[in-house]
Parts: sequence; C-alpha cells; structure tokens
Amino acid sequence: MEYVSLDIIVCLKRVPDTETRVRFSDGATAIEPEGVKYIVSPYDEFALEAALRTTEAGEEGQVTVMTLGNEDSQETLRVALAAGADQAVLLRVQGSVTMDGLATAKALAAELETREDQLVLFGVKAADDDQQQVGPMVATLLGRPCASNVTSFEVNGGVIRCNRGVEGGTEVVEMDLPAVVTLTKGAFELRYPSLKGIMAAKRKPLDVKDADLPASRLVVQRLDYPPERAEGRILGEGAEAVPELVRLLRDEANVL
Amino acid sequence: MAGKFQGIDFYDVDSLLSEEERMIRDTVREWVEERVMPIIGKAYIDRRFPKELIPELGEMGMLGPTLPEEYGCAGLNNVAYGLICQELERGDSGIRSFASVQGALVMYPLLTFGSDEHKQEWLPKLATGEKIGCFGLSEPDYGSNPGGMITTAKKTDDGWLLNGVKMWITNGSMADVAIIWAQTGEIGDTDAIRGFVVPTDVDGFTARDQKGKLSLLASDTSELHLEDIHLPDSALLPESGGLKSPLMCLTQARFGITFGAVGAAMACFDEARSYSKQRLMFGKPIGGKQIQQIRLADMLTSITQAQLLCLQLAKLKDAGTMTPQQVSLAKRANVNMACDIAREARRLLGANGILVEYHSMRHMANLESVYTYEGTHDIHGLILGQAVTGIAAY
Repeated sequence: MEYVSLDIIVCLKRVPDTETRVRFSDGATAIEPEGVKYIVSPYDEFALEAALRTTEAGEEGQVTVMTLGNEDSQETLRVALAAGADQAVLLRVQGSVTMDGLATAKALAAELETREDQLVLFGVKAADDDQQQVGPMVATLLGRPCASNVTSFEVNGGVIRCNRGVEGGTEVVEMDLPAVVTLTKGAFELRYPSLKGIMAAKRKPLDVKDADLPASRLVVQRLDYPPERAEGRILGEGAEAVPELVRLLRDEANVL
Repeated sequence: MAGKFQGIDFYDVDSLLSEEERMIRDTVREWVEERVMPIIGKAYIDRRFPKELIPELGEMGMLGPTLPEEYGCAGLNNVAYGLICQELERGDSGIRSFASVQGALVMYPLLTFGSDEHKQEWLPKLATGEKIGCFGLSEPDYGSNPGGMITTAKKTDDGWLLNGVKMWITNGSMADVAIIWAQTGEIGDTDAIRGFVVPTDVDGFTARDQKGKLSLLASDTSELHLEDIHLPDSALLPESGGLKSPLMCLTQARFGITFGAVGAAMACFDEARSYSKQRLMFGKPIGGKQIQQIRLADMLTSITQAQLLCLQLAKLKDAGTMTPQQVSLAKRANVNMACDIAREARRLLGANGILVEYHSMRHMANLESVYTYEGTHDIHGLILGQAVTGIAAY
C-alpha cells in the first residue's frame, strides 16, 4: 500500500441549536441571534468524527476545521478543537453569513486553493438552511471529484472508498485523492469531547483571516414560521380503530 | 414533560465562569441529557446503579477530574469540578455519588496519603473507570462520631490484621479496591486512625448490599465485613495520620455535594416550571395561579443564592484559602435548599409528581440521603456553632 500523509480539512457551520425556538428580525428576513444557543451543524459533526477516526486509524496527518463566519464562530471552532481537531481556521466575515451558496463556496475554495489537504469534508447540508449546495460547489471550483450523502468511508493509500446512501440501499464509489466528501448520518456519531480536550482546545492554533466573500446574489425575501400543529385526533381504541387509522394514513396523510 | 434542560441562570452567573468552565459544564449537561436521562427512571425502579455509564464517565475525564494529568486525569480547577458534580446530580444523586466517591474519597486519598506504588497501581485505572473504589469510614454505631470507630488494624510481624464492619458504603459491592480507615491504637485514640488500601478480592473481605433502601436506589450502598484480613505493610497509606486524614477526604467530597445539590434543585425547578405552564386546571395553566408563582419564585431565589454560594466556595478552594467550616456552611445550606425545592416541586406536580416518569420525587428521596451523609445537616450546624462560639457542642 502506498503511504501518504493524509491531511483532512472539515468545513463546519455554526447554526442555531436545533431545539431553539427562533424569532425573526430585520422584517422577517433573518433570525434574531439574541438568546439563541449555537452549535456545530449536526451533519458537520459527522464529518468531524469521520476525520478524527481516519487520522486515529493510523493515517498520519492533521485535522483542520474551518468555518466562514463572524468572530462568535471562534467558539464553534473551539468545540471542534475540544473534540480533537488539531487546528482551526476562521474565515471572518462582518455581520451575518450569506445564504448564497456559491458565494460561500467561492470564499472557502479560495482558502482551500492555498492549502494541501487531500480530503475536504462537509456535512451534506447545514441544519439551518438545508441548501446542500456548498460541498459540491467547492468540489467544482477546485476541480476535484465529490461524493455526496456519504454514510461511511475508508482511505487506502491515495484512494477513498465511500458508501453513499441511495434510495433503498448503498452505493459504493471510489475516488482518487484529493477529493471532497459530504457526510450524512451513518457511521460517524461525534464523540463527547473529553474534559482534557476542552482544556487543551485553548492552546491549539486558531488562525483568523478575513474572508474573500463575493456579494450575495440571493436575497432572502421573507421567513415564515411553520404552521401551528393541529391538535391530534383520537380515532377510537384497540383493534377496532385500525381500519380507520389505515384509511386516514392512506387517503388523508398520503403516507401509505 | 420538560424540554431539553438549559440550567437556571437568573443572575448571569455564567459571566463569572471562564469559557472552558462553561464548555465543560455544557458537555457534561449534554452527556447527562443523552445518556442518563433516558435510563435513570428505570434504573431507579430496578434498584440498579447503571454501571454501563462508567466507561464513558472515565473516558470523558469525570473521575478524579482535578487530579494531575500524569495519572490520566484532566487537572481541572475546582469551579469546573463543581459544575461537573452539579450536572451529574441534575441526573441523579446516585451518579454524582459514584463520581464523588471514586474521585474525592478514593483517588484523592491515594494521591494525598499514598505511596508512589499506590498511585501508579491504582490512579490511572480509577481515572478510566476500569477499576472502581470505595471508602470505608462509617460504622454501624459510629457515623457522626467516626473517631470512636471500633474497626481495628493490629500490627503483625509482616503487616496488619484488619477486623471490623463498615456501613453505608457507596460502591461497596462493585469496588475493586477499598480505602479502609481503622484504629491502630487504643479505641478512641483519634491520632492512631490510619488508612489502608484493601483490594476487595483479599480473603476475609465481604460486601453485602444494603437492603430496604427508599433513597438512592440507583446507587450501590453496601456493608463491608472485614474478618481477619491479612495485609502487607505496603497496604498502609503512609502519609495518613489520625482522624484528620479521612476528614480531609470528606471535605473534598462535601465540596462536590454543595454543587450537586444545586443540580438536583435545578432539575426539580425546571420540571416544575415547565409543568406549571402546560398543566391546565380550571381552564388555565396552573403556572398562572398565585400559589404556584410564589412557589416558583421561592425556588428560583434559593437556587440563585445557592449557586453563588458554591461558586464563591470553589473560588476560595482554587485560591487555597477554603476552610472546612466554609464547606460545612455550603453543604448544609445547599442540600437543605435542594430538599425543600424537591418537595415543593413534587407538590406542584400534583398526583403526577409521585410517578417515576417525573424526576422530582426521585430527587426528593435521594436528597434525604444527601442531607444525612457526608456529615448530617445537624452536625454541620454544630461545626458552624463551634466556629462562631469557640465551644464544641458534640
């Protein structure tokens, strides 16, 4: 097997805790940040865990975490450093991040061009806007192969073998490194940071650079709250209620 | 049911914590939410300590977290340690008790009074949870007055002969090693009390599960029978000397309890507040009734006071100026506060409050043990009485 030192970079996004009840601001075009708890987007956590396990499994190399965001995003990067990443890069923007996936992808790709990581990992999507754009766009901008919606992978020499979640099964693909992979829920549940890791995180390098972020060409017009959930209905009790339940699931909810 | 636990911070106490301290608190909080909360009710009903949590407690560094890194520990300060205890006890006093005993009553004396061999042999494995420890001081007739203990260690030609009974021993039945305190001189000579490192697989060591408990059901509480146990000279904790040594250990453990009580109280308050907003009676949420609002206001006030009290205690401990009397004050005040809050929360929950699906009654029952162990509420009162009058009342 050919030996390669494998440096991995994980692109993370700081998102509101998925349990947060958000409020809108700026005429219902943005989320009011006050009082919101922020977390690493859960899909990006899968990517981070994948990176940590790959380097722990004997592939020698560094795990870098990177995000595009304001100064507060340093906190998010420290969480990733506490979990075990070696170093961090903050591409700093003033104010809020853009919803324009291509603008974000260009800013990230500009930085990635200057680096030599063989593997760039993303979550398949950000838990806040669900756009699923940035990972594949970065791959396109860098001219590298991209596997998306990956549940697990292995690196052997200069080749990455990915299991992709596809409708009703798994598709196995191989790519030569360098490559880009976007992760979904699968084999990589992020570990709890150890308390020692938390103490060590402050001492790890965190590089802050101003992002080269193109103007957004996507403008949010309006955000709406989800409709109030209708009250539940009790159809009856025991086996007698089943036919009616099945009928409603088929005819009304269209899930059967 | 309550949503995800967010803690109580009415006075922006968070601003008094460092970023690392907050991150440690939040990490343990999340671990408790995901690992402890889903199983604790069932474990309690089954009267079982959830041993399956031990490896992760170790891996994350929650066992002996203030001990130095050379033994595999995290070397945290006491604020962080206190917050760990707070969050663990938010889950259950039994979980916090496990960690307190392992860290403050087993690892701490090994570090403070042990030989290099003791430290090398035991500390790294206790830190990971691969080995479990217990602490034997209390006896059936000597709880508040441990100096009167009748467990003896008699010097022999090649070591020591240990005899006696220890009671109310947390982790007793599952422990691999016991720190046993025994009288090496005349009964009542508190200067002659010494500590011994006793592997629990030695001949003459028997642990019996304490039957009939109505509190701390998710915790291993045992009686230890020590019958003609032959120990080598090396079993003695060389730096231990007199009753002061085990009392130093208790000061460490009590410190953690002052925070733990706040965690249990927060759990009850959080549950009560959430329930009061959802539970409708006479067509309105009971949280809109004056009686429940006053109840909640009293709880919030007490928790905030207790929070600030133990945080300052931790800062004194980190500065190296904390006195045992200050720990007595906080243990007594905070646990008493938590007992009151658990009971009031249970009452606010009405009939549902007696069910294990809710947490307040479990905390209420647990806290009666916490009120009584590690120096009873009354004994800590007498310690404070002595501190302000100079006259001992016991």
